[in-house]
Amino acid sequence: MAEFTLPKNSKIVDGKTWPAPNGATNTKTFKVYRWDPDDDDNPRVDSYVVDLDSCGPMVLDALIKIKNEIDSTLTFRRSCREGVCGSCAMNIDGTNTLACTKFISEVKAEARVYPLPHQPVIKDLVPDQTHFFAQYRQIEPWLKADSPAPERERLQSVEDREKLDGLYECILCACCSTSCPSYWWNSDRYLGPAILLQAYRWISDSRDEAAGERLDELEDPFRLYRCHTIMNCTRTCPKGLNPAKAIAAIKQQMLARRV
Amino acid sequence: MSMRTPLGSARGLGSAKTGLDHWWAQRLTALALVPLAVWFVVALVGHIGADHASVRAWIGAPVNAGLFILLIVATFHHAQLGLQVVIEDYVHSEALKLAALILVKGLAIVLGLAGVLAVLSIAFGGA
Ligand code: SF4
Ligand code: SF4
Ligand code: FES
Repeated sequence: MAEFTLPKNSKIVDGKTWPAPNGATNTKTFKVYRWDPDDDDNPRVDSYVVDLDSCGPMVLDALIKIKNEIDSTLTFRRSCREGVCGSCAMNIDGTNTLACTKFISEVKAEARVYPLPHQPVIKDLVPDQTHFFAQYRQIEPWLKADSPAPERERLQSVEDREKLDGLYECILCACCSTSCPSYWWNSDRYLGPAILLQAYRWISDSRDEAAGERLDELEDPFRLYRCHTIMNCTRTCPKGLNPAKAIAAIKQQMLARRV
Repeated sequence: MSMRTPLGSARGLGSAKTGLDHWWAQRLTALALVPLAVWFVVALVGHIGADHASVRAWIGAPVNAGLFILLIVATFHHAQLGLQVVIEDYVHSEALKLAALILVKGLAIVLGLAGVLAVLSIAFGGA
């Protein structure tokens, strides 16, 4: 059955509180999920009181400050710190988003920072995305064409290029997939919103010649049709994309080739 | 612990090459149920206070009997399709899932048949 409660060794306990530095007046508390694979302890939530007067504006700035100045054992992923790499996706105040584009001023007085939901945790805020990227590999996310390559690039009209708007911007951060209840319960077989949006990106590319083959691979009760249009994906996408719409478009194309 | 590659487990047993029919049937039955349900409720209200014989005569009239049978078939088909999705979503033991699916589909067939036969027996003047 779907699991609605945490197993015993995953129950979260209260952790340490790291007080504000002396003299700090403008502070904010970050309650951060901690789990270390190297001890047998349950996950805990540590509270860090951060001096905002010497901190950048984003949640990621606060996490970096905590790691640099308060507790170097805190572990998280980040790279670009400007919303293009997708590494810093995490659950902030109950919503999946990018720590580097989330303003500290937008989160509650006590900001709760957790890893992406329903993924195995490697350490602290770092989820194991092996399966997610294997699913991405599974949809063969590259241009497939049998027509011989022209001497220069494969051409695309301006109108056809516009069909990729709202799709090509996806940075594969997995915020959407890990917010989707269908993905929580059935990610072993359901591809989830991020991968389906990517699949649709190739299906709608005018230069690609494998749309039929791609649709064949998606025509499956679990891979595609676990989407019940719950819309969590669209609500959470930090890039403002609409995976639910892309999924609906795939279903429409399935129908279009039949009627 | 499995030594399977991540790509191998992602691909699993491959695409079932089906799914659209189920999804489309669910939408079509939903669509059909809107006018059928309105017709049924309006007719029910119209018969408030009517006696047994006149209700029977109304059900037995060819167009009414036809619509009634469509209503019954669409209702049970739609319910059965929807319950299948719920079971597939939440029940992850293969044996339990199969048993639940057979039970739900079997029940829908039995109840649907009973309803259709009841309408037919009224239409053809049976007991
Ligand atoms: S659709 Fe949005 S939330 Fe989903 S992976 Fe792409 S960028 Fe992230
Ligand atoms: S619309 Fe589909 S993919 Fe998006 S959250 Fe809902 S079920 Fe998941
Ligand atoms: S660090 Fe690259 S998206 Fe946040």
